[in-house]
Amino acid sequence: MTISGDRVFNLTSAIIAGSALAILAVTALTLISGSIPVLNQFGLGFFTGEKWNPVVGREVFGALPYLLGTLVTSGIALLVGVPLSLGIAIFLSEMSPPAIRVPISYLVELLAAVPSVIYGLWGVFVFRFYVRDYLEVPMSRYLGWIPAFSGTPFGLDVLTAGLILTIMIIPTVSSISREVLRAVPNSIREAGYSIGATRWEVVRNWVLNYGRSGIFGAVILGLGRAVGETMAVTMVIGNTVGPAAMPTSLLKGSQTMASLIASNVRDAGDPLVFSAYIGVGLMLMILGLSINVIAQLMVSRLLKVKGGAVE
Amino acid sequence: MKFQKEGISTAAIAGIVVVVVVVVAVGGYVALSPGQMPPTATITSTTTTSTVSTSTVPGGPVTASVVLNGAGSTFIQPVLTAMISQYQMTNPAVSINYQGIGSGGGISALEGKTVDFAASDAPLAAADQAKAPGALTIPTTIGAVTVAYNLPGIKSNLHLTGKTVADIFAGNVTMWNDPEIASQNSNVTLPAKSILVVHRSDSSGTTFTFTGYLSQVSTAWNKSIGQAKSVAWPVGLGANGNQGVAGVVQGTTFTVGYVELAYALSNSMTVASIQNSAGSWILPTLASSAAAAAAMTVLPAGAADWSKINLLNQPGTTTYPIVTYSYVIVYKELSTGSGMTQSKAAALVKFLWWSVHDGQGQAQALSYVPLPASVVTLNAATISSITFNGQTLPTT
Repeated sequence: MTISGDRVFNLTSAIIAGSALAILAVTALTLISGSIPVLNQFGLGFFTGEKWNPVVGREVFGALPYLLGTLVTSGIALLVGVPLSLGIAIFLSEMSPPAIRVPISYLVELLAAVPSVIYGLWGVFVFRFYVRDYLEVPMSRYLGWIPAFSGTPFGLDVLTAGLILTIMIIPTVSSISREVLRAVPNSIREAGYSIGATRWEVVRNWVLNYGRSGIFGAVILGLGRAVGETMAVTMVIGNTVGPAAMPTSLLKGSQTMASLIASNVRDAGDPLVFSAYIGVGLMLMILGLSINVIAQLMVSRLLKVKGGAVE
Repeated sequence: MKFQKEGISTAAIAGIVVVVVVVVAVGGYVALSPGQMPPTATITSTTTTSTVSTSTVPGGPVTASVVLNGAGSTFIQPVLTAMISQYQMTNPAVSINYQGIGSGGGISALEGKTVDFAASDAPLAAADQAKAPGALTIPTTIGAVTVAYNLPGIKSNLHLTGKTVADIFAGNVTMWNDPEIASQNSNVTLPAKSILVVHRSDSSGTTFTFTGYLSQVSTAWNKSIGQAKSVAWPVGLGANGNQGVAGVVQGTTFTVGYVELAYALSNSMTVASIQNSAGSWILPTLASSAAAAAAMTVLPAGAADWSKINLLNQPGTTTYPIVTYSYVIVYKELSTGSGMTQSKAAALVKFLWWSVHDGQGQAQALSYVPLPASVVTLNAATISSITFNGQTLPTT
């Protein structure tokens, strides 16, 4: 009996596709079964508690500060990074002559090739002093009465971590957005110009509007990078634990889920303590998956709207 | 139509494959006990090559070479690495790999029998002694933890009692000119600035020693925080590694942190004099740390229980109070370990013997404290008692 090439091809590619699903399933199962001890002991309090004590005999585990630390630093990165990235993308696709566009595109993409530990080293030895002297000292002097700007300017805190993440997501967000904008058909632009729109109006009303689902996808990819980033963040975020890690102020140390795991899991010999770090890993995975699912839903919704003839 | 049918059946097969993979993987996970899971998972992959192999020494004949594997403490890593490279210069046939994966990881690896020796900053706890029966404890080097600070204009002479150090790191003393600090430093003008506390963000033997000391000198610390490799710090910022803490303290004014003596000396950091149990103010030095080891004259035998042993707060007028041993831990009967052969066992015993004798010169060069003579004698007896299949092994 002979087996047709088609049959082999179908089977192989189906198995390969299935293995991606299997990896996800195995990871999820490992994380879930690994975090059973800590969830048994602390229940939902593990997700909502603030106290974190890995000392054997007085274990308390509440991971809320690290979830918030992750969200706040990634939020800062998006808040600062997305407008900058869009500016870069619009300049490169709509305005710059090719002689400038090519080298600048390369340079921006080169930022993505810098290993994150290098960003971390630069952050801890160079960047944090600029952040402290030119941003945090004035902030604390003039806005210190607002809780979100209170605290001692130190340079190892939520703000520095957010700004380092900003730099790290710019290449991702800007290069994908640039490709999205370049894919907008010229007929769209011509339509705008033909009714007398300025370049700004064309970009704002037609080009960005046409490419918004793609841009949204770029932003989500950037968010994904920011949420999972470990090394650079752990070097500049101050690595506080417990209630002190609640990111209540830009000028306070905090901790992200990834940096907590990276710093401490190595020596966690006690089964319950180890389980707590696996539990944080589970939270991180749930967060990552939810971001992607929400992104998929929103992109498909945006695409549907555009499919209709009427805006 | 045919294509569709085929697609469905292949998808079904793929689905079955996926399910099988998942079941196997989960089964494998469940089979491992949770305590053993993390370290062994990382180590087995790197130590499976720990068998006798042959290699060519340049310019010489083909000789059998022996590979020994160890893992554990990062605190001891600089001195152990220096010892290993020094030892290999004269013993090229023995190659020794040491991985600084943390003391806890090293002990788990020894219990899982994936390494030939472990290094730990803490002696084996009772639970670990049960999991590694017949393990020998060999104190191999001595380290001290310094309280380093950065106060403009105050380059020396800051005096702190243990209780004050505990109060600073617990957040009870928050200003440099707090009466509690000022009363111990009448000859120093202290600034009216907030104290910025810097601690380790990674779990470490340095933290274990430092919090152990604070637990001894402050009942409040012992009650609320306790001793561990990473604790629930109420205040301060975390930095990664001794270098990280040293870097933040040196780069920022009004900071205080704790770093291991070797790093403090090599970075010329400003460190506080700590009041010892005799009431004297003692700067951390090699000599004042050696005094702590010399003060503890009675030590258990290598095969006995060491879990109560530490060098904190030892008596003597010249003794620095925050000092610790770092230990190498091996099985007394080396055939207990998997993959152990006669030639590996012989090489391990010779290396251990060398490390507590001639190897101590490396410790001093790296600002670790060499072992006092009494401990060397104790270790010599311990190492001589190591056997392979019931036979003792030559030490030189």
